[in-house]
Amino acid sequence: MDPLLNYAIFFITIAGIYAVWTLALNVQWGLTGLFNIGIVAFVAVGGYTSVLLTIEPSATFAGGLGLPLPVGFLGAMLVSAILALLIGLITLNLRADYLAIATIGIAEIVRLFLKNEEWLTNGVRGIGGVPRPFSDLGPEGMALANMVLVLLCVLVIFLLVERARRAPWGRVLRAIRENELTVLASGKTVKSFRLQSFVLGAALMGLGGALYSHFVGFISPEAFVPLQTTFLVWVMLIAGGSGNSKGAVLGAFVIWGIWSGSQIVTGWLPPELATQAGALRMGLIGLLLVLVLLFRHEGLLSEEDQRRADIAREARQDRR
Amino acid sequence: MAELLQLVFFGLVLGSILTLGAIGLSLTYGILKFAHFAHGDFMTLGAYFALSLVATAQLPILVSIPIAALATLVVALIADRLIYRRLRRTRPVILLIASVGVALILRSAVQIIWGPNVQVYAQGIQLPYVIPFGDGAVRIKPDHLIIMGGALCLVTSLHFFLQHTRVGKAMRAMSDNPDLAQITGIDTEKVVLWTWGIGIALAAVGGIFAGMDSQLHPNLGWQLLLPIFAAAILGGIGRPYGAIAGGMTIGLAQELSTMVIPPEYKPAVSFGIMVLVLIVRPRGIFAGSST
Repeated sequence: MDPLLNYAIFFITIAGIYAVWTLALNVQWGLTGLFNIGIVAFVAVGGYTSVLLTIEPSATFAGGLGLPLPVGFLGAMLVSAILALLIGLITLNLRADYLAIATIGIAEIVRLFLKNEEWLTNGVRGIGGVPRPFSDLGPEGMALANMVLVLLCVLVIFLLVERARRAPWGRVLRAIRENELTVLASGKTVKSFRLQSFVLGAALMGLGGALYSHFVGFISPEAFVPLQTTFLVWVMLIAGGSGNSKGAVLGAFVIWGIWSGSQIVTGWLPPELATQAGALRMGLIGLLLVLVLLFRHEGLLSEEDQRRADIAREARQDRR
Repeated sequence: MAELLQLVFFGLVLGSILTLGAIGLSLTYGILKFAHFAHGDFMTLGAYFALSLVATAQLPILVSIPIAALATLVVALIADRLIYRRLRRTRPVILLIASVGVALILRSAVQIIWGPNVQVYAQGIQLPYVIPFGDGAVRIKPDHLIIMGGALCLVTSLHFFLQHTRVGKAMRAMSDNPDLAQITGIDTEKVVLWTWGIGIALAAVGGIFAGMDSQLHPNLGWQLLLPIFAAAILGGIGRPYGAIAGGMTIGLAQELSTMVIPPEYKPAVSFGIMVLVLIVRPRGIFAGSST
């Protein structure tokens, strides 16, 4: 197959996985205002859960149940959701910043756990030979089928999130984000709604982690660095437009384009500067974040746009 | 017994470093009303400024400390002018996200300027004082004494500043009740500037001490961020005296924990304590008593 086409398929697949994560963060931050900077924890937990459930039994680590892939994906969502439930129960009725700090902490603990509990995770050596979806279709067919699978996931999640956002449930979430006391006064259980949103978002992050691990075919604690997962996803959502699901998907594709473009540019640097190039890209992410906040904090597609579209749609429906 | 005493000593050294970071974090949190996630990376920056002074300009470390702290302060004030001040009218959480961006920029700059490798202030092994104690001995390095002595001096000066100067009193007032402070005619912009100054200068010194305690690397401050936040929360946000108690508690707990849990999980201890505090006394152990 044409190498350019190959690259396009690879690009769309990875950007699609990021879109799953930005949509998940959009539920937590965009709709509910929950500040999660430990995205990587839920992604890694999801990835490892699915891999350990589906891989063939091994002598070096305890995992390896050889279950079918869909079971792995469901398991990933479940375990990530349970982790989120535990953190949420502790922190979600406290001031918002505490959740942020708690999520950093949980990301750190998950990293330490994956690194040190070799009996379960094979430690820093990681786990190879992860079963890949559609591996019987040959390399080209597999790449294509994987892309379709990821895009299908994005589409389903997008429709679900949009449906949830427009439903009374989503309206309560947005109301909590804007003014918690008013929602309390109207008799809603704020903490329970927050918990639901946090857990739903975390489950989707876990699903993204499983998609990613099975796509790459190898998993290790080093594969999940906060910079590439947590912060890149944050920049994607904020640049795309938090609170706007279309913006979340758009942000994932645009920022992934910039990010992989910067890799091509830094690839021209002499090899002795290779590690510096990584640092430069980290600075770029930080700079992008700050610039977006300073000059277009509502993002490419703002929530306001979406709200207007919603009102127009409702007006059309009334007329009918 | 000697082993326990040694761990307590290490705990006090770590506690001194954490305290210096936590005071600034707690003050900025209390007065500027946002969680400053770049605080750890300002510690890194201070440590590397001192490295340049020690390694390139051949200055003794004690002379380098104030110069490095001042240089870090200048960077912080530039960040405040260019970024934070423009966002101060928005919601605090926007400032928080911006500070995460600042943290990434700082870390990237440190790595580009000074390189990604581990570095030290002084080559070679420092001979420790060996103090026989019971069945063993306690080893104390001269650097450890500088760290503890330095932290003690700074904390004492801060105490006098907060209790006996006009600006210090205004800071405490603003931290306790910002609205009331503004009504009484306190110049809030001035207080904000002083808060930045003191918080960042202490953080820079804490970063240098952390580098003296072990080594310098670009992630130095980011890794300290979690224990520092734990210390600030433990002491109650906006309470400098609480931050001291919190810093010491976390430092001791992290070192002593190695007696019961595998040392790989040492960084998780501060998180455990923080979660415990959030469940039992979400406003901090020392909340309620006024500053």
